[in-house]
Amino acid sequence: MDRYQSHRSLLLKLLSAVLVFGTWEIAGRIPVSYAFPTFLESMAALVRMTFDGTIFVAYAETLKPLLIGIVISAIVGIGMGLWIGLNLKSEWLFSPIFVVMQAAPLAALIPILVMIYGIGLTSKVFVVCIMAMPVIVLNTSGAVRNTPASLTQMATSFLAKDRDILLKVIIPAASPIIFSGLRLGVSAGFIGAILSELKITPTGVGDIITYSRSIADYESMYAAIFSIILLAVLFLNLLEKLESYLFEGNDRGYVSD
Amino acid sequence: MSQIDLKIETAAMPVTDSAVSVRNVSKSYGQVEALRDLSLEFPRGQLTSLLGPSGCGKTTLLKIIAGLLPASSGTIEVGGKSVVGPGPDRAFVFQDFALLPWASVIRNVAFGLELRGVARSEREAKAEKYIREVGLAGFEKSYPHELSGGMRQRVGLARALSVDAQVLLLDEPFSAVDEQTRRKFQEDLIALVQNENKTFIFVTHSIEEAVYVSDQIAILLPRPSRVHEIIRPSISRAQGLGSIRRDPEYLDIVDEIWASLRSYVE
Repeated sequence: MDRYQSHRSLLLKLLSAVLVFGTWEIAGRIPVSYAFPTFLESMAALVRMTFDGTIFVAYAETLKPLLIGIVISAIVGIGMGLWIGLNLKSEWLFSPIFVVMQAAPLAALIPILVMIYGIGLTSKVFVVCIMAMPVIVLNTSGAVRNTPASLTQMATSFLAKDRDILLKVIIPAASPIIFSGLRLGVSAGFIGAILSELKITPTGVGDIITYSRSIADYESMYAAIFSIILLAVLFLNLLEKLESYLFEGNDRGYVSD
Repeated sequence: MSQIDLKIETAAMPVTDSAVSVRNVSKSYGQVEALRDLSLEFPRGQLTSLLGPSGCGKTTLLKIIAGLLPASSGTIEVGGKSVVGPGPDRAFVFQDFALLPWASVIRNVAFGLELRGVARSEREAKAEKYIREVGLAGFEKSYPHELSGGMRQRVGLARALSVDAQVLLLDEPFSAVDEQTRRKFQEDLIALVQNENKTFIFVTHSIEEAVYVSDQIAILLPRPSRVHEIIRPSISRAQGLGSIRRDPEYLDIVDEIWASLRSYVE
């Protein structure tokens, strides 16, 4: 039964991929625009860049602000979220900051960041964090606040210490929403990393996109965009694996891939 | 001492010692007075029901005894010791089961022992014993969402039994399970009271259920809550549990309780 279902879900995923890429191929062949290459041309460019090593050099550059930013956002974001969720005063103090961060037009703020932190890695890490952190904080604090009262009361009645309640009740209960915040945050972080490379200094994947657009090598440009999406999807799947490893039995059947 | 204690004594009951004593307890939430000067004794080794219309503070009283809520005034004593918070002498069974959805049956049952720092092998051995006792053998590795409502409450019951507390506090434990499961539960509960030598405090809103399972029934009336009456059914269980519901005394007590409660039910 399970096996049959996993077969079918794989089949549907393949079908959905075929549909998307097929539409892309057709749209490229019409063509909808001179600047829109077909799927196959883009894949050929991706293979070429893979074999001449361009893509690896580019990712070595792009992954730096991306990974640093995501790790900072995850650790600080979950920490802040737990604190805000557990403590009403800190919610009043900090929650507005993250709501503003989430709503702020980031592209317009980048010049300020550049003025303060220069054009180096720091500014780019900031952009990734501003994109990724708010949703992680807000999801975590909301999930903590919504821990079922009967579970914490149960733990209290069975003599749980505050630490036990946090580690054995609140965090596992909040984990599905914390992880969905992480997934949203990670996707936003990917967008932030590329945005920073387009807006601050063209390096890595952002450089491939900017440069190949300027010389009208649209195949390479779309290949670079495709590769970043692919990487994001792979990363999100990895995150999901981590979740089901850490919180076995917490799988309530929400999956996004 | 309050009138209630007098009542118990004048009722010429065999004098048993109290496992739990509630003395002059009041509880208010701001302006709202939930309990006023309530006193009640819970005889050791017996099942006492708290019965009353909704909003009469039965669950509030139970949670105060559990140490989950502080009383505004008055004292609670369990086994001669004053209650200031939850303690190892009491275990709670929740109306909504309060099982950890991410934990297997065995971890849920052993959770109370886990929180007390009992080693894994020891607590799982104990949990297995109580899982068998409540009739869930074979479901140790299942998760709560795979169980029916009745089975979930059996897990909650096994968890409360496994910490080996002297007093079991049951907050409308059967209200979320279906009628047939409920009857089975009630029979099992009577057997449990006889075999376990623990004191049970049982909150219910079902008159029939209270009369069926209880050694002593405290009828609470609302706004603000006080003990209206204490009834000690002396229905013989010797002819088997099946005959309790046909016993004239059972029927009389059910009628009598309904007569005193009906004016308080909207």
